[in-house]
Amino acid sequence: MDIEIIKRRAQIVSDIRHFFSQRHVLEVDTPVLSRAAPTAPYLESFKTEFIPIGSIDKASYYLQTSPEFAMKVLLAAGSGSIYQIAKVFRNGEHGRVHSPEFTMLEWYRPELNLEELMDEVAALLETITSYSGSIRFSYQEVFSQYLNINVLVCSKDELQKLAIKRLPSFSGNPDLDRDGWLELLMSQVIESELASLKKPVFIYNFPSSQAQLAKVKLDNAGEEVAARFELFAGGLELANGYDELLDPKELRKRFEYDNQQRLKLGKAEMPIDEKLLTAMESGLPPCTGVALGLDRLLMLAMNKKSIDCVQNLPFY
Amino acid sequence: MANLSTNEFKSGLKFMLDGDPCSIIENELVKPGKGQAFNRVKFRNLKTGRVNERTFKSGDSVESADVMEVELEYSYTDGEFWYFMDPVSFEQHTADANSIEECKNWLKEQYTYTVTQWNGTPLVVTAPNFVNLVVADTDPGLKGDTSGGGGKPATLETGAVVRVPLFIEIGELLRVDTRSGEYVERAKT
Repeated sequence: MDIEIIKRRAQIVSDIRHFFSQRHVLEVDTPVLSRAAPTAPYLESFKTEFIPIGSIDKASYYLQTSPEFAMKVLLAAGSGSIYQIAKVFRNGEHGRVHSPEFTMLEWYRPELNLEELMDEVAALLETITSYSGSIRFSYQEVFSQYLNINVLVCSKDELQKLAIKRLPSFSGNPDLDRDGWLELLMSQVIESELASLKKPVFIYNFPSSQAQLAKVKLDNAGEEVAARFELFAGGLELANGYDELLDPKELRKRFEYDNQQRLKLGKAEMPIDEKLLTAMESGLPPCTGVALGLDRLLMLAMNKKSIDCVQNLPFY
Repeated sequence: MANLSTNEFKSGLKFMLDGDPCSIIENELVKPGKGQAFNRVKFRNLKTGRVNERTFKSGDSVESADVMEVELEYSYTDGEFWYFMDPVSFEQHTADANSIEECKNWLKEQYTYTVTQWNGTPLVVTAPNFVNLVVADTDPGLKGDTSGGGGKPATLETGAVVRVPLFIEIGELLRVDTRSGEYVERAKT
């Protein structure tokens, strides 16, 4: 424990609040516990039980992995631009840059398109850290530049061959799906190339299979892409932003597809967030949103190599 | 042999890779936000001593390696093998030239060495941090010079050459740091 780091963290959190206050973005505070949970196949929620006093009935609750669903309910209710600094929980994730409990800075902007939201994220990064002069590439561009492959149309087999050629040190039975191979190449080859640019890099227009909760649209070449971006800086994956999907029917389809994937992986299905879907049926305004790992931002600001170093007390 | 899952990976863990016993130096979780997790592992091949990296899909497993560290006393060499003795059971262990490569300059009878064994065979012999060795050869000492400034090379009884202060003479017993290969001080006999 280092009092100087605790003070620095408090100051940065205060600077972040000032940043949003100046932009008239409202701070909100939504519940950490929920009856529903995200369905993403590789995202594990902590599960707990609510037992009313005097009762033997138990209700399952999940700790949030991000405040996204609750904040979208507020947006549908007409909140306008909102931000939140929230404790989030992801089971199983523990390492140098992962903590099962961490702080998310998440915000939603009905006024901004995805380009403008990237500008805002870059402005925040520049306010808090020394990282400035960000560069933007499409997902297709980075794969074409560093791996010489057209990522939107190539087959899973082509990706697998490329990964095994580029990563001879990859071990084990290669039973990854197409997105698994993409994530392997992205995290093991491309991210280190991006880190060597020494500038923050936004990657946008992801494969539509990785749309998550973003809209799918056509890019300039007429290929389907997810209207999403990720920000990489200092060798860290820092933020994930969407042009938010507004269609509740499409979202339910994605949740159900995810749950099928979970079953195939031998994992439990997750209860779908009906409250969110109902709110979306009543009308989620067109908006963009981004989730940014606050602890990682602090790592960049304080030049620390491990997430443990910037938390007041680390997970143990 | 037991299987080890990637979630048990940590530094110092011994596992089998491509038929060789290896020891993990560093294990890093690689996990894109909502994507598939991987473990990037830096390890030392205990047979060759080489350091390498390998990426595993999280949840995959590897075979554990039957690697143990034991404290054994060095007995003698016949030029082909080096013989060590278990000070408790008096059992004799035979090490080959590969395994003593790193500590051959510091091998002295009756000293205790850390021997890393794989399936009972010595893989690597590690010297204690400090050993006391007799000076076999060095230029004549300068009487009265106790400053230690400058220095000169001295060949020790094991063949190791270390830099020593000018006042050191043949036959003296020296304390040497085996990690840096540096002279520490005159040893008391």
